[in-house]
Amino acid sequence: MEFILSLVGSLILVICVLVSVAFLTLLERKVLGYIQIRKGPNKVGLMGIPQPFCDAIKLFTKEQTYPLLSNYISYYFSPIFSLFISLIAWLCIPLFIKLFSFNLGILFFLCCTSLGVYTVMIAGWSSNSNYALLGGLRAVAQTISYEVSMALILLSFVFLIGSYNILDFYYYQSYIWFLIFLFPISLVWFCICLAETNRTPFDFAEGESELVSGFNIEYSSGGFALIFMAEYASILFMSMLFSVIFLGCDLFSLMFYLKLTFISFVFIWVRGTLPRFRYDKLMYLAWKSFLPFSLNYLLFFIGFKLFIISYMWLINFSKVNSNFYFYLMFSKHMLIQAHWLVN
Amino acid sequence: MALPAKVFTLSRNGQRMFGTSLRLSSTGKDIVSVPKGYVYVNNKELSMEMNEITDRAATTMFLGELFRGFAVTLAHIFKEPATINYPFEKGPLSPRFRGEHALRRYPSGEERCIACKLCEAICPAQAITIEAATRADGSRRTTRYDIDMTKCIYCGFCQEACPVDAIVEGPNFEFSTETHEELLYNKEKLLCNGDKWESEIASNLQADHLYR
Repeated sequence: MEFILSLVGSLILVICVLVSVAFLTLLERKVLGYIQIRKGPNKVGLMGIPQPFCDAIKLFTKEQTYPLLSNYISYYFSPIFSLFISLIAWLCIPLFIKLFSFNLGILFFLCCTSLGVYTVMIAGWSSNSNYALLGGLRAVAQTISYEVSMALILLSFVFLIGSYNILDFYYYQSYIWFLIFLFPISLVWFCICLAETNRTPFDFAEGESELVSGFNIEYSSGGFALIFMAEYASILFMSMLFSVIFLGCDLFSLMFYLKLTFISFVFIWVRGTLPRFRYDKLMYLAWKSFLPFSLNYLLFFIGFKLFIISYMWLINFSKVNSNFYFYLMFSKHMLIQAHWLVN
Repeated sequence: MALPAKVFTLSRNGQRMFGTSLRLSSTGKDIVSVPKGYVYVNNKELSMEMNEITDRAATTMFLGELFRGFAVTLAHIFKEPATINYPFEKGPLSPRFRGEHALRRYPSGEERCIACKLCEAICPAQAITIEAATRADGSRRTTRYDIDMTKCIYCGFCQEACPVDAIVEGPNFEFSTETHEELLYNKEKLLCNGDKWESEIASNLQADHLYR
């Protein structure tokens, strides 16, 4: 019974994510349109609201072509896997109802994003086209570089809340949002999200002027639609994660979903505002700015926790002798962890 | 205090410096003195006044330019879109607009074309084919007047060449078809166009007649 309930719950979750992906594409086209003083799609139905479904029908009824010399199996399955991975990442959304609630949700998320890189790489490689290969290489290099700082920032939050469970973000933000007292790190995190999802200004995976369309150039109809949906699902997931980490994480309230929508709007807003970065600058930004930044924050959080623990130990030292060994062991444990991390 | 920066800019612009006197006042924006009538296009020297430095630092630290850009795009969202809702509303057309061709008639109903073949001769794309014959009443008329609309480059030379204003390019630009054959216009189709668009064509010619 438990199993069936959680299966139904995750199925509903996946369907809702797919529908929201559809409407995110509409939102993107509308917002970009109005930013450029024009209207977006407004002919289909009432104000163009059914447009994404028409697009989906159009894309899936088109002829699926494939390159003659492609590695067909991996070419065919990499979009499917990319959508699968970005949907399965959604399972670590910490709902209170009958869903999978992980104790290691953050690790699960990191695994999913890291696996997402492989689908891009395989899609680019197996197309057997120069442009697709170059686009895939670029996307992989960029995503891997930014994943380092992303993991470090997440790790510093793990130190801060002392757990890998995403739900703990809610308990630790009941008095103040992390956005307010960690504003710089939220900006960096947002930039990393942009780079991770290959969005403007970091959309080097699809530099039209030099790569035509990047790693997905050889894909048509269904495969293209799947890649597209995977991208937007990961954008939605990233905005979900942003509002979980920085904006209170009150998952049971409507405000959470409004915040999520706002962050996805900011994703689109950034696309409407900023021109594309330069590739070497992108790499320098990852390795010379974001990496030291996130490392510093990691060390800061470790020191912060150590300070708190030793402070508690000092307080408790005089009072309760039985707890002495516990705190000593715990702070020692933290020290060992910190030492391991720094090296 | 400002000396190291000065030295740096001197060394950077060393080549340009020879033969020109250096402006060393701290308020000066150009690094070298510019002859009269010339504009200095290289990097200007940044002011090293303390308040200017703090201003620049504040702009960088608080991402001033970035957020200003975001404000601009946000403001544009609330502007009135410049879109014309095309099939339902259309943009203005000049009276000189060169659209779909038409063969005109006199008010009596007699066709204007006298088969002089000037349009056929001038057509740079050789899209026009005319065959002529003498009619029963002795007047010279076309038996065949074909325009290949897929060859036509819409240059308007035919209507310039026509001595009797018979062939004109009307204001219609929505005549797309699904097959190539439908775009091979014959005399009947052209005359039909003329009847259909006569009022628009006539008013356009009237609006433009002073300049012809």
